[in-house]
Amino acid sequence: MAQVTLRRIVKEYEGGVQAVKGIDLDIADHEFVVLVGPSGCGKSTTLRMIAGLEEISAGDIAIGGALVNDIPPRDRDIAMVFQNYALYPHMTVYDNMAFGLMLRKFPKAEIDRRVKEAARILDIGMLLDRKPKALSGGQRQRVAMGRAIVRDPKVFLFAEPLSNLDAKLRVQMRTEIKKVHQTVKTTTIYVTHDQVEAMTLADRVVVMNHGVIEQVGPPQELYHNPATKFVAGFIGSPAMNFIPCRLEQSGSALQVQLPGGAALPVPQDRTARYQAHLGRELLFGIRPEHLTEVRPNDHRENMAVLEAVPEVVEPMGMETLAHFWIEGAEICARLDPATPAAPGRKLPLAADMAKMHLIDPKTNKVL
Amino acid sequence: MPSDASAALAPGRAPASAARSSSLRRFARRRSTVAFLMTLPLIAVIGGLVAWPASYAIYLATLNRRMTAFIGLENFDILLENETFRGVIWQSCFFAITAVLLKALIGFWLAHMLHHIPSKGQRKWRGMLLVPWVIPPALSTLGWWWMFEPSYSSINWLLNAFGGPSIPWLGEPWWARISVIIVNVWYGAPFFMIMYLAALKSVPDQLYEAAAIDGATGWQGLVHVTLPMMRNIISITVLFSLIVTFANYDIVRVLTNGGPRDLTHVFASYAFQVGVLSGNIPRGAAVSLFMFPLLAVVAFFVLRGVNRRQKEMA
Repeated sequence: MAQVTLRRIVKEYEGGVQAVKGIDLDIADHEFVVLVGPSGCGKSTTLRMIAGLEEISAGDIAIGGALVNDIPPRDRDIAMVFQNYALYPHMTVYDNMAFGLMLRKFPKAEIDRRVKEAARILDIGMLLDRKPKALSGGQRQRVAMGRAIVRDPKVFLFAEPLSNLDAKLRVQMRTEIKKVHQTVKTTTIYVTHDQVEAMTLADRVVVMNHGVIEQVGPPQELYHNPATKFVAGFIGSPAMNFIPCRLEQSGSALQVQLPGGAALPVPQDRTARYQAHLGRELLFGIRPEHLTEVRPNDHRENMAVLEAVPEVVEPMGMETLAHFWIEGAEICARLDPATPAAPGRKLPLAADMAKMHLIDPKTNKVL
Repeated sequence: MPSDASAALAPGRAPASAARSSSLRRFARRRSTVAFLMTLPLIAVIGGLVAWPASYAIYLATLNRRMTAFIGLENFDILLENETFRGVIWQSCFFAITAVLLKALIGFWLAHMLHHIPSKGQRKWRGMLLVPWVIPPALSTLGWWWMFEPSYSSINWLLNAFGGPSIPWLGEPWWARISVIIVNVWYGAPFFMIMYLAALKSVPDQLYEAAAIDGATGWQGLVHVTLPMMRNIISITVLFSLIVTFANYDIVRVLTNGGPRDLTHVFASYAFQVGVLSGNIPRGAAVSLFMFPLLAVVAFFVLRGVNRRQKEMA
């Protein structure tokens, strides 16, 4: 087990296209770090560079304190789980898991012990004699994880391991992966484009976009205090609403003036923070879960009421999503399913201003 | 309109014939019937060009020289006692096995090299390397014959230029055997190359990446990933080539004509010599039939292995 350090890592392809533009990252021993971002953001390339499957154009990678820039994958003491499992189709499950140990000339008894132990952890003991073709997607994924576990490497690398599974199995395997990490505690770097996976699995999430790291932090930190508009919009589902606004003075306090006339008071404790931006055109950000129905006798602190006419109403069972538009910006509100919301009918909404964000549209930074 | 027709033919038994015609129509509509009808042309071709000649050859092989009397297996008896023919069996096996092995090895090596050339330059090399395979072998063998021919041998000229001795390529039995194999390998290796290249391209890159992370060196990746993944293609290509090489006729006929002293004859060229040139058609048929059991056994085991692996892996 070991820490992983990336220093000014660059990946440049022929023709000068940079997939990764000089990122720095420190991953602690035993930590579970998730790299998340949209496709093309450089997360997979970063993982492959850590694995040694992709050469780095500039910078340094260290695993366990040792520089590995020029060390081939087999000598980096890492194990990787691939998106489409990459199991050897001609080998049985047992041989698939034992292959890495066999190449490293482990004694037969030790190989057997490790394979059986991993099979026990992953509950695939009864599959050991089968070939991958005879396994379901979820079982194949377990075998791929087993192949990583038996090696007892310094670092586990996961490359979108759940993307090929159906929704139900994905949730199940997600729990499984978390359980395995709690058991074996190996430093883990996990790549996904699914922010729910990132939030649920990670000790720390690394949000990447266009080859740079937008923000690194624990899931809750990213959710509550996003650093940039990208992170604010990427983390959370449905995504955060962004409405163009103007920050204005209202007596001794500030208020957010929305297009269409609505003015929402800014909480007192934010006055000092936002004062410098008075009079500027900004983006008002609020998550759908902080834009709810107005309840009878609702006296929540920092609550502002907003009139909206939903155009689309989506009942989800445990909640209802109402979509409406303000000046071309699509806004989503999360309502209690008992709320009588209907398309075209006026609906007062309560905005929890304590959870509001203001974003500078020039720098895309959250103020 | 079968129902109308049968009704017209049997006006008194209309209901029964209607039932029969509808079952006829059902029969015609069944998928297996349609499949059979659609494969009928192929079955006719195979029947006419394979089954019938083969049965006729078996029949011929049981006749006497004049083809007037049935003599059972006597032709085979005589052949097996004939030293020249025993030499033909040995030479056929030696020629086919050596040539196929060399073709497989060289084809694999070429395919591997091509596979690692960037795809831009790959087409050019692939095209050039396929040239021997697309030239009609009778023509290219003639070219080789010129290169081996003692008076004007360009190969010997080259050897002499480097201070080596002239080699009697086609005059000395072992050199003649080697010459025939060289030409066959030159002609057949591109086929292996193209088959193996396709097989190499079908191995997912991620398997190599997984192997590299598992700790495999390039050689171990080749042994534990590439070769097992290619086993079916290798088996089928080897089987196919073994059949074609065993039955090779043109290269031997043009290059050595079976000589010197009938030592480079293979089944096909010897069958031609005995059957057509010497006018003993039944015995020629018997010679050609010797290949069949040998190849049938090999084909049975190879195809069984291929089927088993296909079920397990694909």
